[in-house]
Amino acid sequence: MSLSFLLLAVAALCALSFYFGRQRAVALSGGRHSNLHSLPVHYGAYTAAWCGLPALALLLIWYMFQGSVIEALIVSDLPQEILEDSGRLSLALNSISLIAAGNGQHLSVEPEIVDAGRRLANIQTIASAALVVVMLSGAVLGLSLSYRKITADMRARNNIERIARYVMIACSAIAILSTVGIVFSLLFEALHFFTKINPLEFLFGLEWSPQTAIRADQVASEGAFGAIPLFVGTLLITLIAMCVAVPIGLFSAVYMGEYASPKFRAIAKPALEILAGVPTVVYGFFAALTVAPFLRDNGAILGLDVSSESALAAGLVMGIMIIPFVSSLSDDVMSQVPKSLRDGSYGLGATKSETIRNVIFPAALPGIVGAVLLAVSRAIGETMIVVMAAGLAANMTANPLQAVTTVTVQIVTLLVGDQEFDSAKTLSAFALGLVLFLVTLGLNVFALKVVQKYREKYD
Amino acid sequence: MTDMASLMEDRAAAKVISDNLRKPVDWDSPKIARNIKKRYAAERRFKMYGLVAIGIALLALCMLATSIGSKGYSAFYQTYVQLEVHFDPAVIDPDGTGDPAVIGRANFDGLIKQSLRDRFPDVTSRSDKRDLYGIVSGGASYDLRERVLENPSLIGQTRTIWLISGDDFDMLNKGYIDPTVAEGDRRLNDQEVSWYNELVEAGAVEKQFHTRFFTSGDSREPELAGIWGAAVGSFYTLLVTLALSFPIGVLAAVYLEEFAPKNRFTQIVEVNINNLAAVPSIVFGLLGLEVYLNVMHLPRSAPVVGGLTLALMTLPTIIIASRAAIKAVPPSIRQAALGLGASPVQTVTHHVLPLAMPGILTGTIIGMAQALGETAPLLMIGMVAFIVDIPGGALDPATVLPVQIYLWADSPERAFVEKTSAAIMVLLAFLVLMNGLAVYLRKKFERKW
Repeated sequence: MSLSFLLLAVAALCALSFYFGRQRAVALSGGRHSNLHSLPVHYGAYTAAWCGLPALALLLIWYMFQGSVIEALIVSDLPQEILEDSGRLSLALNSISLIAAGNGQHLSVEPEIVDAGRRLANIQTIASAALVVVMLSGAVLGLSLSYRKITADMRARNNIERIARYVMIACSAIAILSTVGIVFSLLFEALHFFTKINPLEFLFGLEWSPQTAIRADQVASEGAFGAIPLFVGTLLITLIAMCVAVPIGLFSAVYMGEYASPKFRAIAKPALEILAGVPTVVYGFFAALTVAPFLRDNGAILGLDVSSESALAAGLVMGIMIIPFVSSLSDDVMSQVPKSLRDGSYGLGATKSETIRNVIFPAALPGIVGAVLLAVSRAIGETMIVVMAAGLAANMTANPLQAVTTVTVQIVTLLVGDQEFDSAKTLSAFALGLVLFLVTLGLNVFALKVVQKYREKYD
Repeated sequence: MTDMASLMEDRAAAKVISDNLRKPVDWDSPKIARNIKKRYAAERRFKMYGLVAIGIALLALCMLATSIGSKGYSAFYQTYVQLEVHFDPAVIDPDGTGDPAVIGRANFDGLIKQSLRDRFPDVTSRSDKRDLYGIVSGGASYDLRERVLENPSLIGQTRTIWLISGDDFDMLNKGYIDPTVAEGDRRLNDQEVSWYNELVEAGAVEKQFHTRFFTSGDSREPELAGIWGAAVGSFYTLLVTLALSFPIGVLAAVYLEEFAPKNRFTQIVEVNINNLAAVPSIVFGLLGLEVYLNVMHLPRSAPVVGGLTLALMTLPTIIIASRAAIKAVPPSIRQAALGLGASPVQTVTHHVLPLAMPGILTGTIIGMAQALGETAPLLMIGMVAFIVDIPGGALDPATVLPVQIYLWADSPERAFVEKTSAAIMVLLAFLVLMNGLAVYLRKKFERKW
């Protein structure tokens, strides 16, 4: 039975139990609703909640553990010599799951593995059947228990409202859970990485070449995991992006806020916001196929040697993407400056631009710094533009015409395609992710603090 | 720099003013007039900078749009070549069984090759023949088979039919391959160009609307590749995202806005939501890879995993928008409901939520539009696989529109450039549609209390 069908079945059971609970309440009331503590729908909702929630909880718990339990069952039966070699083990697990899915006819593997594949298929069938049984029995059990509890003076409304409150708390806790999930998954794999590579070497090493040998017979270098070239590349592209986004974003915010007629604003403002809504993969395509060749050809005319995957192309396009971000944030900040300051300046005979430059801008500076920091954190974490338009070569250069690589590009290249578990190459992506997460988090917290403080000053 | 300079200027000006304060200012003096003129010029310059900044931003938008549009519009048309095909019974159904299974196995590719050889009888060498077969796409034989299966009476007849052409011929016909450049610098040799010219003169080359682009899945052959598979994958992914993030987001927003006591838990949740909104999307991909794939062992490349990952990503957007919408409902509504004896939960479900719903829906649609355009986290969880089949459910391997764009943008064939641009146009059309719906909802149900 497929998952969607199972969910539909549970939903149908919920509807049914709603009907039962309501019917029972109506029957108990003897025709007069005032004999009941709550409205009949509350009784219905009560039974429906007791039918659906245990089933959903069981499903969730089941899926959290099913994978690892099945894998443990399969692995425990594999011969010892496969278990000892992690590369062989992951290969074996792959072929086992292929055989179990019925796609393993062409594989030439040991008979133990074929057996394990059959056993896996068996276990999977049993597991999905067991899931159906467990979920449906949970639903039916909840239904019958709650159905029996219904009496005329049961506080059904209070009960269902209490359940609703717990469900809402659980939903809010998901925000915490996902942060915890991010931190733990990154930390776990990164620590794993740091047992193989010295963290100091990772953070301060000057050479990045993660291509280690996958099989013993391959010729490859040791692999170097010094992330400084990546940080330099990221900073270079971020710097270029900020050089584009900050002046353009600030000036357009000023113009929109102070000079533009309402008609102009009504057209230009949404048009600017479109820039923020374009998916990053589109910008990446634009950077790689339009901007980069344009820069290369024009650079050649000027006698400059522009690489076809230059930092400049990626940075320029990223800057364009961030313009609306900077402009809307700084617009926000500048409109917070109290009117009295502005009026005072006008009263002294200052022109608009003098007021903006000498009064509003200095007053809003902390907020604008916060906005720019938020934009920087977004530029650092941006992935698709750099994946498509910046290169893979870990050059350590400040020359924007050359190819550089960034943290996000490396995460993508390390994790897309064939992965082997437990190799320093794959794990290094998580270490990079951890650095990325910490840096952007730090920037955000700091920027939000700055903006907050600034707001309090004028509130 | 300019700040310093202007500060110095201001100081100097202040000194002049304080010196001048002793005597009455002559407002009509040429010095004052010059000064005012200078200040007004600065004002105009400043205003101009703002206009230029907006102009640059809008110019970038226009360049983006025209670059995509001019590269992509031609992908909606496909070159077809007219050939005389003899439906040879000896090839299709030698025993005359009429059994669809037999017909389905027949060598239709051979039929097309035969008719190409008939069309250009002077081609004899092996490599020339291979070039000749490139005129018609490898997928044309499937079209031919379907045609025969639909209408078995064709067997034994000779018909003139339009066949989908190979990608290089398509590029030549659309003008992307310039036949005037040196032979070594283009994908087609002189002989192939002369065949093309001969076919054009005979009126046997035509551009037709390319429905296959909208109905088929991915393919290694540009002329056969379509976006339907990716669109369906996007649909399932968004469905999972919506099914998870909408109820969870709305319930969390209701709790935080209406019920949450001001305590440590609430504070942590609020800080967390604000921070999650700013976490780079690729980090969510790493989370998905680790938790959903490595720990929970959910299927790789499946829309379920993509949807789960994107749900976590859109959750902050939905929660923040929903909270704003709930906050906008005036307290008098709540007081009236509570005064009439409704419980707090009833007040929320019967009054506050329905009134806040347009705002919540607008926020949700915007969050979904973001999720639709998201690429990076889906690369992490293996939705970049090359998948030809149209996914039949949320557990089948699939890809999504933005990832399809990324994959095609990486392909070396020239013909994929126009496919990529066309796929971008389709993606943008969806986004415009969704955002338009959000704007419409906001306009229609916007309420001033």
